[in-house]
Amino acid sequence: MSGIVGLTAAQLAERLGAGEVSSVEATSAHLDRIAAVDGDVNAFLHVSDHALEVARSIDDRRAAGEELGPLAGVPLAIKDVLVTTDMPSTSGSRILEGYMSPYDATVVARSRAAGLVPLGKTNMDEFAMGSSTEHSAFGPTRNPWDLSRIPGGSGGGSAAAVAAFEAPLALGSDTGGSIRQPAHVTGTVGVKPTYGAVSRYGSIALASSLDQVGPVSRTVLDAGLLQDIVQGHDRFDSTSLTTQWPSMAEAAREGARGDVLDGLRVGIVRQLGGEGFQAGVRQRFTETVEMLQAAGAEVVEVDAPHFEYAVAAYYLILPAEASSNLAKFDSVRFGLRVEPAGATSEQMMSATREAGFGPEVKRRIILGTYALSSGYYAAYYGSAQKVRTLIQRDFSAAFAQVDVLVSPTAPTTAFPLGERVNDPLAMYLNDVTTIPANLAGIPGISVPIGLAPEDSLPVGLQIMAPAYRDDRLYRVGAAVEALVENALGGTLISRAPALGGAR
Amino acid sequence: MAADKLMDYDAALELFEPVLGFEVHVELGTKTKMFSHAPNVFGSEPNTNVTPVCLGLPGSLPVVNEQAVRYSISLGLALGCQIAASSRFARKNYFYPDNPKNYQISQYDEPIAFEGSVEIELPDGSLRTIPIERAHMEEDAGKLTHLGGSGGRIQGASSSLVDYNRAGVPLVEIVTHPIFGTEALAPEVGRAYVGAIRDIVLSLGISEAKMERGNLRCDANVSLRPRGQEKLGTRTETKNVNSLRSVERAVRYEIQRQAAILAEGGTITQETRHWHEDTGVTSSGRPKSDADDYRYFPEPDLLPVVPSAELVEQLRSELPEQPLARRRRLKADWGFTDLEFQDVANGGLVDVVEATIAAGSSPAAARKWWTGEISRRANADGVEVTEVIQPERVAEIAALVEAGTLTDKLARQVLEGVIAGEGTAQEVVDARGLAVVSDDGALIAAVDEALAAQPDVLAKIRDGKVQAAGAIIGSVMKAMRGQADAARVRELVLERAAAE
Repeated sequence: MSGIVGLTAAQLAERLGAGEVSSVEATSAHLDRIAAVDGDVNAFLHVSDHALEVARSIDDRRAAGEELGPLAGVPLAIKDVLVTTDMPSTSGSRILEGYMSPYDATVVARSRAAGLVPLGKTNMDEFAMGSSTEHSAFGPTRNPWDLSRIPGGSGGGSAAAVAAFEAPLALGSDTGGSIRQPAHVTGTVGVKPTYGAVSRYGSIALASSLDQVGPVSRTVLDAGLLQDIVQGHDRFDSTSLTTQWPSMAEAAREGARGDVLDGLRVGIVRQLGGEGFQAGVRQRFTETVEMLQAAGAEVVEVDAPHFEYAVAAYYLILPAEASSNLAKFDSVRFGLRVEPAGATSEQMMSATREAGFGPEVKRRIILGTYALSSGYYAAYYGSAQKVRTLIQRDFSAAFAQVDVLVSPTAPTTAFPLGERVNDPLAMYLNDVTTIPANLAGIPGISVPIGLAPEDSLPVGLQIMAPAYRDDRLYRVGAAVEALVENALGGTLISRAPALGGAR
Repeated sequence: MAADKLMDYDAALELFEPVLGFEVHVELGTKTKMFSHAPNVFGSEPNTNVTPVCLGLPGSLPVVNEQAVRYSISLGLALGCQIAASSRFARKNYFYPDNPKNYQISQYDEPIAFEGSVEIELPDGSLRTIPIERAHMEEDAGKLTHLGGSGGRIQGASSSLVDYNRAGVPLVEIVTHPIFGTEALAPEVGRAYVGAIRDIVLSLGISEAKMERGNLRCDANVSLRPRGQEKLGTRTETKNVNSLRSVERAVRYEIQRQAAILAEGGTITQETRHWHEDTGVTSSGRPKSDADDYRYFPEPDLLPVVPSAELVEQLRSELPEQPLARRRRLKADWGFTDLEFQDVANGGLVDVVEATIAAGSSPAAARKWWTGEISRRANADGVEVTEVIQPERVAEIAALVEAGTLTDKLARQVLEGVIAGEGTAQEVVDARGLAVVSDDGALIAAVDEALAAQPDVLAKIRDGKVQAAGAIIGSVMKAMRGQADAARVRELVLERAAAE
């Protein structure tokens, strides 16, 4: 991809800073790109009416000599799970169609304050429930590598927007892999930070104890630049950490220099590979591990015996929390209202929820309500929490031996649209690799490592680090990225097919 | 609504033993709400004291009000409870239009305070200990106003308005263990218990505790069991009990109502009942059972509340004297009879009387002023006594009476002047010229004049009919416009009459 939209966020930021390009030009270029390709991709649910106005004000401030942040003037796509005052926020649901929030999510406010230019809101599975974006109430997003395939989910919109060069950067949210798995299937980079590293205030909650907001980009450095802006304590989120975080961009730059791999102890989780994983995914993963070894990394296999229960535990904890979090969508104060004649308030709530929620949302609300019910709580929710503790212990034991853990980010490459939409279990199993990190609250990143030979679709490497060590992910992620780029003789994303007839 | 059949109270007590339990909700008087920075203020325009958090808007998250936690710990300590080293919030899930998130953030299996007791005093002066199971923090709901339909209830209403100003106001819910052995005094125990909680809350300064405003709300659980039976009977939970008197009446009513049903071989429905202050009856609310499934689970948006041992000890050291102990001490110090002290206590006048005495007044004078003239004026104007006058001013007036500068009648005029804002007691005395005339010269002149004007009376006095002096004293007092000491005038009248 050539031209402004082909630039990484870091490159664009540099040119903006040097006055070689204006934010208005950069924003226009991306809006033009959206106009050209989003009819096919459907990454955006809403494109901002005032992106150019915002871009102009950044240009004016720069012209006035104001000291601006490192990403000032760079366009940003925002997952629709994050509330915004100037654009609707629907979380992919009919029940919130047209909903305008009176406040900005903290990450949105911080992005605005840093001078990023919101381009629009990206598509997602309804309330972030799904791994394909097919559960969006507003139609699926298509994978820019193959428009007949899923872009991953729930944050397929953000990943596809970045992969299709409609935006250099995006914000996503990751509850069980919703940032990392879309990155894997679209050949992009996605980071789920440590739980609490980034504020959840203004992120429409799916499962409060699992949700984490994070960056989506085409390079590890770009993700680090965005995480630097959004991370850090927020007094409006009690679960946000008060940790003083190092610069993730700096960590990525260090990693790109390469020597961090020398002596790095890398663990391959026995339970996150092997049977059930697509051959081409396994092949690229193995090659990448060999490259790490060649670069001096010490690779060992580690055992995480309780990971086999992770998906089951996740699909009890998530629906339980979601069933409660989604109770507020009752039409009383905001959102869709369906009021049959003569209905009581209870009937009004019921009719609204019947009409406003899609089948996957209803399925999970029912599951969660059941799991929390008196008499079942201990067996379901209670047991799931115990498994969660065991998984955290598995991670602790593993990180006593190694610095990072690696796995394929997902078992398969992008599957065809429609293949699993009516098979929830198959859809849920797609998250087997990403879920453990959410259950343990640790950070994870997906970095593109190549194309699976059998379908020429992207494969990602998931790297996981202990909680609070997001910087290690960026360091190692950037090193892997450099190795892969070196091996491929260019970035993976540069091999993405042209869209909309133009390249 | 069909009238309930009631059994004679004494007859009911012969057959059944009442068992009580109370849930008292105390609204904390913090500046902001339990989980948001919205103002915690009563009486504002509807839906003005709200933030995204109290409206349950998408993406909003709760943050615990530290002051509310401190208040809750203080209250727990005052209830003799243990304070949990770590307590957790939980979500209580139920759909209702006044419940913005359709879950209430409360505490479930890990309350902040547990296992305490409260000493109460019954009208006969006897003491009793009420066992406390727990005190936990939670948030209040919004307020619904039902339009159309019958009697402002949701059933049959054509529409309902919701005011979320109250949504998220911090509450502490105090739950007793079952209270046994109250026997015929059950209603009085209920009243005294809720009164004791009110006094404790007021002494801590953590709530205005006005029952009529809902700052303090009582749910009264009543069950009966046949004499000799071990197993507890089915209970009802009576809500909307908004005064101490109502607590007493509602408990009595439920005992009589349940006894009538049980005596006929009927069964009590476990349900919520509503107390009707005007008609003095309870009516059936919604059925409630232990199977009500609120799907409690730990609130994932909040961290556990882990107060430091230092904080708890600091709050413990700052606890005021227990109201009951204080009352007993003050009553003894002041030398009041039971009746006199009750006058003061029931009028909510203990603090002002104490302050007045501290400012130099005698206990008797302080009591007389506050329970008398000042309370009358406060009631007439519908204001608090403290808004009428400062205790220091009352002490000044009492001192002037004590010194003989003012008669009681003059003192009331001085009080009026002070209340009218004319200055200190002394300033009012000076400005209005109200002091007793203690100059014998002026008095003698007035006495002589009166004697001269009424020679027949003078003659009677000289004949030894001393009681005739009253007419002369009256004339003199009138001439002095009341500003004379009647006893001194009498002395002078007799002296001057004899001198001629």
